[in-house]
Amino acid sequence: MEKLYKDILNILTEDARLTATQIAKMVSKDLKEVKKAIEEMENDGTIVKYSAVVNDEKVDEEAVEALIELRVTPQITKGFDAMAEELLDFKQVTDIYLMSGGYDLCVLVKGNSLKEVAMFVSEELSVLENVISTKTHFILKKYKKDGVVIKRAENNMRLNIQL
Amino acid sequence: MNYEKYLSDRAKEIKPSGIREFFDIVNTMKDAISLGVGEPDFITPWLIRDSAIKSIQKGFTQYTSNSGLMRLRELIAEYIKVRTSLTYDAEHEIIVTAGASEAIDITLRAVINYGDEVLVPEPSYVSYCPCISLCGGKAVPVECKNEDEFKLMPEALEKVITEKTKAIIIPYPNNPTGAIMTKEDLEKIIPIIKKHDLLVISDEIYAELTYEKNHVSIASLDGMQERTVMINGFSKSFAMTGWRLGYLLAPKEITQIILKIHQYVIMCAPTCSQFAAVTALEQGLKDNFKMVDAMKKEYNQRRRFLHSEFNDMGLECFEPLGAFYAFPKVSSTGLDGDKFARGLLKEKKIAVVPGIAFGECGKEHIRVSYAYSMQSLSKAMNNIREYVEMLKEKNE
Repeated sequence: MEKLYKDILNILTEDARLTATQIAKMVSKDLKEVKKAIEEMENDGTIVKYSAVVNDEKVDEEAVEALIELRVTPQITKGFDAMAEELLDFKQVTDIYLMSGGYDLCVLVKGNSLKEVAMFVSEELSVLENVISTKTHFILKKYKKDGVVIKRAENNMRLNIQL
Repeated sequence: MNYEKYLSDRAKEIKPSGIREFFDIVNTMKDAISLGVGEPDFITPWLIRDSAIKSIQKGFTQYTSNSGLMRLRELIAEYIKVRTSLTYDAEHEIIVTAGASEAIDITLRAVINYGDEVLVPEPSYVSYCPCISLCGGKAVPVECKNEDEFKLMPEALEKVITEKTKAIIIPYPNNPTGAIMTKEDLEKIIPIIKKHDLLVISDEIYAELTYEKNHVSIASLDGMQERTVMINGFSKSFAMTGWRLGYLLAPKEITQIILKIHQYVIMCAPTCSQFAAVTALEQGLKDNFKMVDAMKKEYNQRRRFLHSEFNDMGLECFEPLGAFYAFPKVSSTGLDGDKFARGLLKEKKIAVVPGIAFGECGKEHIRVSYAYSMQSLSKAMNNIREYVEMLKEKNE
């Protein structure tokens, strides 16, 4: 990937609300060129969408997330993709990754309560054809998410002002 | 008890900063976004931190030689050679100090006799003048102007030289203005320095942080090495402010006198910090200072952002090519820097430093540090823009 594209991506991952004009100034390039690059990346799916990193604890104390280890029987010609595609449309499922190692698919599930997530796994996921087994890990606390530290134990020591 | 009679006149005469109380307010405001800090927002790279930890584990907890670890001085010599092509003798011409601040202080103490005048470009960092007066010298400001992008100009320099002038401080890349002196700029002042036979104290703590152009040390130009004390350190280049580690390089006739003072006031720079610095330089010389470049790249983006934002909102700001500060002029809003900063804090909870803190010439300006994440910077710029617009409406 071209350097300009990478630079733009780095800047947008840090703060997606910066305008093309501001970004053009930051990378010292023509506004047109930057606009074109952003559009291109939006169109070809390099930039999938712009969203906010939310600290869930502040929003809803009851909400829970779990990481499910899924072992799956791979299908002829489609391998694990068939199962992944089947999971795409569950709205409780937020992330699906194909893994190396002890299990096949890593599935992140979000729900309003412990019970809701547990029921979803036991009644909807584990019963799917070709699912061999599931292992559910509830997420207890998030320290860092998408490269952003959610909670730091010690305070920043920097003063507000100094010469 | 009458403490007055115990305290030294010289210490009492140090001018208290007029904005002390402003600082006190800012530092207690928890919800303010501050752009007021003079240190990197990066944490010292892990490799460097780790080597300090290892040195402690291995039990290197004693004093080093007064001038610092020989290995570190050799590396400093090599580093300076790479950056400036100058050769210094690691054994006699380099002293490792507790931060560049100490290097400034002990150099001045080694040089100044009672009544000597030392030139200090203004605006500049706040420690030079008090250190000069504590030695019984007289700090003489050299005015630098916005229209010259706060460079040190030969005419301004010539104007303030008297027969008592002994030395000049060259503080570039500059805190608070972000100004740099190019080779051509330096070449214009060198004849004057030579004509009046001045000693140069070159504070190059921000040498690694220049953008678009490389830093040029005055010592590297036309016979200047013999009359220059070069001061540098690890705080800004390697994000190591808390480690207190700097160094100075000078002809041995000067360093041997400075060393006497250093050994009585400090003994030696912190040992674990010296081990950390060894790693910083070893690694840097090996990979061509990748760590520094990564930080610099980020600073550069923020720098361009700030520069364009200020000019766009109507605050005249020359392009700062060094350090991590922008120094916009705020007088178009009808306020001076001090009033602007106070209003900005009150109305929009953004903290910046009034330029007057760095001398009279900075009166119409504010110092804005970009040692902050882009997120804080863009939020802060929006607030400053709103504030400037508010002032405009009021003036209409």
